[in-house]
Amino acid sequence: MEEFIQHVINGLSLGSIYGLIALGYTMVFGILQLINFAHGEIYMLGAFIGMYSTMFLGLEDKPSIMSLLSVLFISMAGCALVGFTIERLAYRPLRRSPRINLLITAVGVSLFLQFSGQILFGSDPKFFPQIYQLDIEDFTFGELVIEPLQIIVLILSIALMIILQTVIFKTRLGRAMRAVSFNHDLASLMGIPTNRIISATFMIGSALAGAAGVLVGLTYPKIEPLMGTLPGLKAFVAAVLGGIGNVTGAVLGAFTLGLAEEFLVGYWIPNYRDALAFSILILILLFKPSGLLGVNRAEKV
Amino acid sequence: MNQDPITGHGGLPSAKGWIGAIVAMWALHFLVSDNLNPYYVTILMYAGINVVLAVSLNLVNGFTGQFSMGHGGFMAVGAYMSAMVVSILVAKFPGIDESAIGGFICISAGMLLGGLAAAAAGYLVGMPSLRLRGDYLAIVTLGFGEIIRVILLNIDNINVFGVNIDMGGARGLPGIASLTNFGVIFTVVVLTIFAVWRIIHSAHGRIFLAIREDEIAADSMGVDTTKGKVRAFTFGAFLAGVGGSLFAHTLCFLVPTTFDFNRSFEYIIMVVLGGMGSISGSVVAAILLTVLKESLRPLQEITKIDFRMVIYALVLIILMLTRPNGLFGSKEVGFNLFKNKRQKA
Amino acid sequence: MRNLFLKSAALMTLASASAFAAEPIKIGEVGSMTGSEATFGISTHQGIELAIKEVNSAGGVHGRQLQVISLDDQGKPEEAATAVTRLISQDKVIALLGEVASSRSLAMGPIAQKNKIPMVTPSSTNPKVTEIGDYVFRVCFIDPFQGQVMAQFALDNLKYKKVAILRDVKNDYSVGLANFFTERFKQGGGEIVIDQSYSAGDIDFKAQLTAIRQKKPEAIFVPGYYTEVGLIARQAKNLGIKATLMGGDGWDSPKLTEIGGGAMDNAYFSNHYSSEDTSPQVQQFIEKYKKAYGSVPDGLAAMGYDAAMVLIDAMKRSPAALKTSDIRAQLAGTKDFQGVTGKITIDDKRNAVKSAVVLKVSKGTFKYETTIKPG
Repeated sequence: MEEFIQHVINGLSLGSIYGLIALGYTMVFGILQLINFAHGEIYMLGAFIGMYSTMFLGLEDKPSIMSLLSVLFISMAGCALVGFTIERLAYRPLRRSPRINLLITAVGVSLFLQFSGQILFGSDPKFFPQIYQLDIEDFTFGELVIEPLQIIVLILSIALMIILQTVIFKTRLGRAMRAVSFNHDLASLMGIPTNRIISATFMIGSALAGAAGVLVGLTYPKIEPLMGTLPGLKAFVAAVLGGIGNVTGAVLGAFTLGLAEEFLVGYWIPNYRDALAFSILILILLFKPSGLLGVNRAEKV
Repeated sequence: MNQDPITGHGGLPSAKGWIGAIVAMWALHFLVSDNLNPYYVTILMYAGINVVLAVSLNLVNGFTGQFSMGHGGFMAVGAYMSAMVVSILVAKFPGIDESAIGGFICISAGMLLGGLAAAAAGYLVGMPSLRLRGDYLAIVTLGFGEIIRVILLNIDNINVFGVNIDMGGARGLPGIASLTNFGVIFTVVVLTIFAVWRIIHSAHGRIFLAIREDEIAADSMGVDTTKGKVRAFTFGAFLAGVGGSLFAHTLCFLVPTTFDFNRSFEYIIMVVLGGMGSISGSVVAAILLTVLKESLRPLQEITKIDFRMVIYALVLIILMLTRPNGLFGSKEVGFNLFKNKRQKA
Repeated sequence: MRNLFLKSAALMTLASASAFAAEPIKIGEVGSMTGSEATFGISTHQGIELAIKEVNSAGGVHGRQLQVISLDDQGKPEEAATAVTRLISQDKVIALLGEVASSRSLAMGPIAQKNKIPMVTPSSTNPKVTEIGDYVFRVCFIDPFQGQVMAQFALDNLKYKKVAILRDVKNDYSVGLANFFTERFKQGGGEIVIDQSYSAGDIDFKAQLTAIRQKKPEAIFVPGYYTEVGLIARQAKNLGIKATLMGGDGWDSPKLTEIGGGAMDNAYFSNHYSSEDTSPQVQQFIEKYKKAYGSVPDGLAAMGYDAAMVLIDAMKRSPAALKTSDIRAQLAGTKDFQGVTGKITIDDKRNAVKSAVVLKVSKGTFKYETTIKPG
């Protein structure tokens, strides 16, 4: 029984990380109908910006909540900037082009960031400085262990999700985003600065990915330039699972995926862990393409 | 008809033209084997293999407009199947791979069965995936490529027809019979181009192009688009399997990580660079990129940094922004040589 | 007059002799200088470079200087094959050093064998590598032996009877080592309570570790690369697992303790050499390496150094014409060569017969624990 609960905790913890990344994916897809392949790489950059800013500010030996918050802020800002740049340079010029071109470009950007990362940072794994040590011990109930960090990341994911939901449904910015995601041209006819809204969406999504990068660096202190590919794809699966374009769905899908992975690996065959995510994707797209919480959208002719 | 009304290409090439091409390849083979440095010959051989793969991918991505990102998986299936088939042949008929006739039988069996296995995989992948559109299809094919790779990673010892074969899994499969040379590879290249050309100019090909241009319109006109897509996909996978077989018997060592997404990406960039919808574009791009990759080696040795993949990615982005049609767009170059002389007006 | 004649004759002889002597001996090296296994390739390369410099400054071999042409294979077997083809056909090397990973050695080996160019791999441990042919040699022990070493250590030294395995399915080295460990451990009466796996690149191992924790093993054998082992150790500690961690030479890197932190303490792994070895030869090697590259050499650098030295020794024992068949014959006859990684004898299967050391991780350093001899 304990083993089961431990797996549940591990799965939720894993899912909360996928959730942070999935939020960005789902937002961008909602507004541009684009799978931003490069999103996983932005998450990676978040981790590296976090590491280098820690070193630059000399915070390695000063673990504290202030260190964490400042590094988090710098990372999020940096990633927002990167996201903005990518959208401006690579995606905006192609907005009227066939979808396949945009897709290829996204793949190109993703690979460009990966390989540049290898050159700039070196392809060997790096240690992420532990800038925040909690003085609280792990919670143990017999063999069961819950790390405080796991709880923090979990709470953070849910909190961000709630904040995002609020922004989208209760603010003017959110309303503008929803309008643009419905129809670009109509929205701009209504006086909404479409380009700016899209940029803002990208920046928010990227900032979230950056935050995820820092938190992952803290929890799993090894980072390397190729770390973003697989989590990025899995986050995408999570977003689709929950209903692409739906913020709550993204987090729900992420937790589901995290749990599923955990149980597959813990109780069955670990070898197929990565294949699981893709299998789920295929099944969902075949049987319920709108995802768990999504709404079926008719394709306009 | 001299000019194909839809594709605008010249008339169907004559059989004589193709046979002539094959003969020319063998002549080149003897010329090259005796006079050219084995290093250069090796590069050309891999270039030829890449042509087969790029052209087969173009059939799916370029001519049918379905963005498949899992081509490496089909190549892997063909490669491993071929290695297994030849291992069985060598176990049952020892020494068969050493004579010319025996070697020919082996590589033909390998290519055929490898291609069929890959085609089966293509069908299995295509059936569910091809109901999806654009981005989703891309990710699903990526996923299938990964799944194939993970499965191969976990296959160790198998027993077929009484022969125990250690497929190696993660450890890799060494000692594969070396059955290819310049002539063999480029004969297959010629045949591949021939096959794809014929398909494009057949009724099937019309359907592929219709699907690419406007799938919904084609659907409403009564064209079975799903069947058409699956056909293109399966045939593309077959050729990828053939290419994989050639690869297996050239490198003589297989390991599943060779066929990861990076490999699929390399073929995507060849197809995009050459022009999606141009066979000759894929040929040129495949050869160009293979040769370029090796010739950039000195740069890498000097700077100790591998720029090649970064440059590839950049090229892809810049291409999409400035010249999405690639080098040749959807035009063909050089097929006039094969025009049926009798039909020339 | 005679003086001048004598002097110019002497000068001319010297000139022609040095013109011949100026012809360097070309050795090819294939390694992963870029890509995710770059640290392995670079360490090995530095070890080789050090050896070559040393020999060259002492006068070279048969009066000729040695030249190493290094090509990068990006960690991919097909690149290794192309690289070795280039080295043989274009650069006309007469011997090859490489590769670190068995999968790449398996790709290059057949080409070296076909062209009758002797190849010495510094650290490929898959037994199949030397089975390629009589021109392929190695100076390290093979996986069957290394797997046995840790199994023996667990049984005899640590007196463990229940061990769990956590292997990297994506890594041929890890899979091989895990298999051989299992075989030997069971033979010695031990029990493998559970066999779990992960893939290189994973960062979360809690699922596997939770399942392992359930079975209460005394030790966990983790024959992977340091890239994952550090995290595994951390997570195991967080989950409250007290089992001892054990591994192989894939752990050898300062990053292991950087990433693993305190969780790595009291873990054991087998390796080719220990930097604590007090023998003067080893200490001198470490000094020279530190001076040249600014860090303590790891096992791979030491193996690279020894591989180069063994090759050079074989060349020295060959007639000056340096026919590849002669070099091959001399390599095969290497007996009790004193390398920094121990006494190396090449057996009839072209593998090295040598001992392994077991190191204990302690407060960020690797401490020598014991030596396990072959056989």
